[in-house]
Amino acid sequence: MMLDVSLTYYKYGFLGGEFLTWLWFYIGNTDPDNLFDNKKEFLEIGNKIVLERKANNDVEKVTIKGKDAGLEEGILSLKKGAFVKELNLLYRKEDKEWSFTVTGENLGLSNLKTPDIGFIESKKDIEAFVVEKIFLYESLYILIDSLYKKFIKLRVSASWTTVVSDMNKWINS
Amino acid sequence: MGLLSSTVSINRYYVEGKIEEPVLDTVKKGLVKHSFRETVDDPSNKNTGWTSFNNHFNPNFNGSSFVIDALFVFSLRIDKKSVSPKIIRKFFYIEAVKRLEESGRSYLTANEKKAVKEHVIDALFLRMPAVPNIYDVVWNYEKAMLWFFSSNKSASEELEILFSASFNQSLIKIFPYSEADILLDLTEKERDLLSFLSPTNFTG
Repeated sequence: MMLDVSLTYYKYGFLGGEFLTWLWFYIGNTDPDNLFDNKKEFLEIGNKIVLERKANNDVEKVTIKGKDAGLEEGILSLKKGAFVKELNLLYRKEDKEWSFTVTGENLGLSNLKTPDIGFIESKKDIEAFVVEKIFLYESLYILIDSLYKKFIKLRVSASWTTVVSDMNKWINS
Repeated sequence: MGLLSSTVSINRYYVEGKIEEPVLDTVKKGLVKHSFRETVDDPSNKNTGWTSFNNHFNPNFNGSSFVIDALFVFSLRIDKKSVSPKIIRKFFYIEAVKRLEESGRSYLTANEKKAVKEHVIDALFLRMPAVPNIYDVVWNYEKAMLWFFSSNKSASEELEILFSASFNQSLIKIFPYSEADILLDLTEKERDLLSFLSPTNFTG
């Protein structure tokens, strides 16, 4: 596989911001019961959104913190041409809950808190805890990869024009 | 920030290529060869190497101690020394005065000042204990994926360099384009279309 990493990293860097901006729109404009094929999973916007707008050589960054706060400020930034740079999300599956922040630049996860798995009481427990933690991280990557795949499939399809039009209406509503 | 911490950061890499069989032995050799070694009389400000996930200060890769549930689990240790510029300035002044007194001159040339500064920094780094930083690594060899438990850019660079030196394999950072290109099983047509994409204007 020949991938010019540094070239594609910069050339297609916009994909991360577009993905998170679309994800905010998608979560906010889809019936929570319809986000997944089952009734066991839920996804919602968490307590932080970071937006960034590049104009000439300047970068304007807006950070919105707090539950349900700052929707208007965020939309205002989008109106000015900003994209979401970081998005905090809450994911629930059955009785488990994950909170985490996705960064558009590298789709990396930060501030990731998994469901509680108890305490390690002896060295013998460590291996089982590692396996459990890895399973919980893997579950989150399955979610992120499936959402990103949904976005990319749309992004390269003719339907993207309709999505952009819907997002435009959402931003200007 | 370790993989068992209550809050973690993770960045992913794709591991390009296959390593020499038997895989377990090759990985062990790479880990042992580049394992972290304590240094006492080293004036350099950084020391890097692999260490055991469950014993950060005494690396031991015997047997399959670095294998958990078909995954390679180990840690990157980066010890760094740092000295406040104010301390360097203080000892530079003391050393410069001493040299002037010894030589009977009233000034030091630019080269002498540079040499004094280097001597002072080396002497301070020799006395200064390094601060250990541990970053956990989970390598799923079958899926060719590696998770690095940090979002620190300089630590990521150290990981990429050390991994390549240890296993003769390249790590490809997962970012929006590489994820779409490598991980999403897109069709050839979709991958072609992906390469022609340009930024969207949502407000136009």
